[in-house]
Amino acid sequence: MKPTPASPASLDESQRSAPALAGGLSSDGQPSQASAVLSRLGRLARGLWRLATINRKVMIGSGIIAFFVLVALLGPLVIHQNPNKFTTNLMASPTAAHLLGTNQGGQDVFSQLVLGTRSSLSWAFLTGLLVVCISVSVGLIGGYFGGAVDDAFSLITNVFLVIPSLPLAIVAVQYFNRATITIALIVALTNWPWGARVLRAQTLSMRSREFVTAARAGGERSLRIIFFEIFPNELTIVAASFITTTIQVLLAVAGLEFLGFGDSTTISWGTMLYGAYNGGALLIGAWWWFVPPGLCIALLGSGLALLNFGIDEIADPRLRAFRPARRRWRFGAKKAVQS
Amino acid sequence: MRRLIRRLSIYFLAIWAAVTINFFLPRLAPGNPAEVAFARLQQVGSVSPATLTALENEFGVNTHDSLWIQYLKYLNNLIHGNLGVSTTYYPTSVGAVIKQDLPWTLALLSVSVLLSFALGTFLGVVVAWKRGSALDTLLSSTMIFFYSVLFPWLALMAVYFIGFKAGWFPFGFGYDSQTTSPGLSFAFLGSALDHAVLPALTIIVSTIAGWMLTMRNSMITTLSEDYVLMAQAKGLGPARVMFGYAARNAVLPSVTGFAIAIGSVVGGQLLVEIVFSYPGIGNALYLGIQNQDYALADGILLLVIVATVVMNLIVDLLYTVLDPRTRQERSA
Repeated sequence: MKPTPASPASLDESQRSAPALAGGLSSDGQPSQASAVLSRLGRLARGLWRLATINRKVMIGSGIIAFFVLVALLGPLVIHQNPNKFTTNLMASPTAAHLLGTNQGGQDVFSQLVLGTRSSLSWAFLTGLLVVCISVSVGLIGGYFGGAVDDAFSLITNVFLVIPSLPLAIVAVQYFNRATITIALIVALTNWPWGARVLRAQTLSMRSREFVTAARAGGERSLRIIFFEIFPNELTIVAASFITTTIQVLLAVAGLEFLGFGDSTTISWGTMLYGAYNGGALLIGAWWWFVPPGLCIALLGSGLALLNFGIDEIADPRLRAFRPARRRWRFGAKKAVQS
Repeated sequence: MRRLIRRLSIYFLAIWAAVTINFFLPRLAPGNPAEVAFARLQQVGSVSPATLTALENEFGVNTHDSLWIQYLKYLNNLIHGNLGVSTTYYPTSVGAVIKQDLPWTLALLSVSVLLSFALGTFLGVVVAWKRGSALDTLLSSTMIFFYSVLFPWLALMAVYFIGFKAGWFPFGFGYDSQTTSPGLSFAFLGSALDHAVLPALTIIVSTIAGWMLTMRNSMITTLSEDYVLMAQAKGLGPARVMFGYAARNAVLPSVTGFAIAIGSVVGGQLLVEIVFSYPGIGNALYLGIQNQDYALADGILLLVIVATVVMNLIVDLLYTVLDPRTRQERSA
């Protein structure tokens, strides 16, 4: 599941070739500054498009993520119903007025779902980012310095890798006030070790490469070597670790919110599930209340997972599943017998 | 052997770290957990002021002892298996609550995790062998969905659609308390089994994807090895090559993954138990949280961590058996 060292090269290549291609197309005329900016934006967009369509899994995955990001950004503009407004129309099944019915407070489930996207998505990405920052710092610094620093960092990493994060988060969060930031911080503090371990292993193998030796001989400071020389070479692993972590964090935050640790004043998919479970949605059969939030979490998670597996396939061509390759391999096997 | 000692020291440290975090959390937290717990107890029945003092000692409020003395007292209590008194089940001790609930959790967890791992790994092998086929496309895309499904949500779906709507299986509690009582009778065991189907199914469905996808990737990588080609060239049958040559080697990353994933599976199981009101420690933890029963929650956390560590240890031993390379001294 981890990208092999081959991955930075293959991704870099596509990144390099994409702007080159776009540049070739738009190089004939850039008279004013505005059009220069436009063409640069166009080049960037085309580069991104090429990256996104390079592999089918990456394409579907980034499509799903883009959809949820758009909903998070634009959703509040489209929704005109106040999601917190109580009405007398309780537990109504879906109609044209309430696309996903109402809950036990008569609140519109669809607008809650759309507005909840923003909270769930932003907290997942922010916490994922925080986790990756911790993983990168611990993994790269430990892997680069080696010796006592590495021993200490590895020990802490391995110890926290063993401690199950969700139960620890549950017990920790009960002592503190119920704000989403508390949950995010606790989830971040309990989820960093896996990424740190992967990055440490990679840094360990990078440490003795020539470019690092050269940088050291050139008198660069250690922290600069770590974050400006080694780190860019591990970006694909960092990206993969960010995506995996974001899935975990999305699930962990939703899980804690489901248990009632969430901030009851904000709407998110997790707090919606909490409300549905405790509001008797199951007994009344209000499937429109508890099915959509979980489905959204699973879909967003699938999008992220697809992106990750797609990146894996780009990095390791053996993982790509298409028939001709296998036939050729089979054929090769037979030929080997004949000769 | 050195590897094993090293791992053992990590496990020991993990337990120690968890215990220490557990000690410091209530002391760092704002507010007065002892008073909250005391207020809870007063709602239940009459409590002596001595209980309040005991609670304050537990959480480090209003004591004259230094932090060190408190810490040592806390460790001493733990070593003697004294986890405090549960405010939810007052006056039952936390140890007694756990003792009563643990068998349920252990039985459910071990059966569903083993089934899920075996089934997922097997599917991964088959799908990798037939990669690019319709089966592969179908299973892989379904599994990517279940890979990121929220445990309690899947439990809700199972409760509602299979239990409540279709009525195929009971969807709450561990056994039918009206017709049977716990004991070694066929009626009780049958009822317990019947009640375990849906929770187990939920755990299996939400964890199987991880095993399958890990195994698929590792199997595909292994299939391109020369020794697999060699086995085929010798004219061995597909089943022999698939399981005897490729899967045997490809399973090693899955075993490592098993050790790492076990913590999150246990966490997920706790959530599943809550939805099914299954009489295990997950449900006890939930009741504890709702009643601000810190002693119970802390005790369960410690238990879960110790259990995870023990399972990691078992996987480590298993790995040493499976992979001869780890038995050599030079490997770290």
